[in-house]
Amino acid sequence: MRTLALIRKELASYFAGPLVYVVVGAFLLATGYRFYTTLNSYVTFGFGMNILEHFWEDFFVNHIGFYLLIVVPLFTMRLIAEERRLGTIELLYTYPLRDGEIMTAKFVACLLVFLLFLAGTLVYPAIVYAIQPFDPTPFIARYLGAFLFLASCIACGLFVSSLTESQVVASSCTFVLLLLFWIITWNEAAVSSSYLIALSQLSTFDHFFSFARGVIDLKDLTYFVLFIALFLFLTLRSMESRRWRGRR
Amino acid sequence: MIDVQGLVKDFGTTRAVNGVDFSVRPGEIMGLLGPNGSGKTTIMRVLTGFFPPSDGRVTIDGLDVEEHSLAVRERIGYLPENVVLYPDLTVRRFLTFCAEVKGIPAAQRRGRLDEVMTACGLTEVAGKLIGKLSKGYRQRVGIAQAVIHHPKVLVLDEPTVGLDPRQIVDIRTLIKSLGGSTTILLSTHILPEVSMTCERVIIIDYGRIIAEDTAEGLTRRLQGSHETRARIAGPREPILRMLDGLPGLDDVREEPTTDGIVTIVLRSSLGDETRRTLADHVVHNGWGLLEVRPLPMSLEDLFVRLVRSERETPA
Repeated sequence: MRTLALIRKELASYFAGPLVYVVVGAFLLATGYRFYTTLNSYVTFGFGMNILEHFWEDFFVNHIGFYLLIVVPLFTMRLIAEERRLGTIELLYTYPLRDGEIMTAKFVACLLVFLLFLAGTLVYPAIVYAIQPFDPTPFIARYLGAFLFLASCIACGLFVSSLTESQVVASSCTFVLLLLFWIITWNEAAVSSSYLIALSQLSTFDHFFSFARGVIDLKDLTYFVLFIALFLFLTLRSMESRRWRGRR
Repeated sequence: MIDVQGLVKDFGTTRAVNGVDFSVRPGEIMGLLGPNGSGKTTIMRVLTGFFPPSDGRVTIDGLDVEEHSLAVRERIGYLPENVVLYPDLTVRRFLTFCAEVKGIPAAQRRGRLDEVMTACGLTEVAGKLIGKLSKGYRQRVGIAQAVIHHPKVLVLDEPTVGLDPRQIVDIRTLIKSLGGSTTILLSTHILPEVSMTCERVIIIDYGRIIAEDTAEGLTRRLQGSHETRARIAGPREPILRMLDGLPGLDDVREEPTTDGIVTIVLRSSLGDETRRTLADHVVHNGWGLLEVRPLPMSLEDLFVRLVRSERETPA
């Protein structure tokens, strides 16, 4: 009940300004352009490949996933940092709200806003389906993967936002952290194969890729759930630090 | 209603509050007076459950602020210092959120919202964004969010700071109207404010209580100023010579004037006695006595005196 009230307040703040509309618009413009050009190049140059399958895994990870990674810090940076800079966090901390309720509301509200982004991308499979119908079941895995990846990015951003009062610091640190988890296995030649196995277990890119192929693997599911749980736990600890640091 | 015993709050190696004891009876308006950085806000943040005390025991309505943090926060309304509210919400949206979070049942919410907005004079700005409001209105929204759930205890941190004189009067009237039914703890660094609104006053400095008094007691202390300003029409040299002969005089300061009237500020340990003798002398010499006025004591003077008297009589 109190958490719901807080979620409604968060959503009211998001939609009070133009930020959501502008960024959703820019995101759909960028992914739409990449949808057109990538599909075009697969059709033109993808001789002998299962064009559609390769296209979708490429499109989900390299375009939808990567653009989300860029956009998420813009939204998570304000979550706690702005409340601290404004001083409104003092209100929340002295209202009858548990820290966990404040954190949950902020996390869920941000996730709800990003569902708009994902909902917007449904138009791409719909276009292809209209031209050439296909079996839609792999998209359950693709969207589940995108959702979990998104939730992981938000959890990470929420944690970073709880560490600072500066939104610029929050967004840039979140971006760097998310990018690090994304590209950690990209230069396969730079590390020995035993390290590579360990590193690939940490990579958001590799786990998301597995979903994008249309497969739901318990291993990948567990990875994202643990990733989210870890950062939410750290956020809670960071919020509680006011008890001994004395700062908001 | 509020009971504070041996409150200590450390931040790292800094001790912000050092062993504070006081209690506030139900329905009383208590003032917390002290210069900036004396620990007022820290005390209030402990009371409101923002952070726990490092040592000591604080209870509100019989409930320990640390053990029953949520229950305590339900009973408290808090106006933080320099209230900054959510600038991108409208007044009505924000107060609705407060009502929901503070557990006002949905059926009563609307009525209570209208009631509190009327009481705080917010009805005409209900649909405006808080960020677009003037400072006075924002302060009223701050008070509205604090009182919306009929809290038993109201904690107000510097409620009139940064307001113009008219708004200050409005806010003081509003606070006084709440007293009696609500227990109020109010902090300020403005001396006259406490005597105008509070029944009892605690004066703190460097995280310790240096005096506790009733509003009348404080007013009496303030009037017992030893500085007097006098304006005398007459020849300058003889007047200054006369002043040297006054009893109990510690210091004489002449203020520059353009109208040729001798203006002086005297400091003396005898107060009224000095002023009477001064008047006698002026009349006796046939000069014109235009003004004799005891100067009101500033917070700084009061502190200097309280700190000095405490050193002379160690507790």
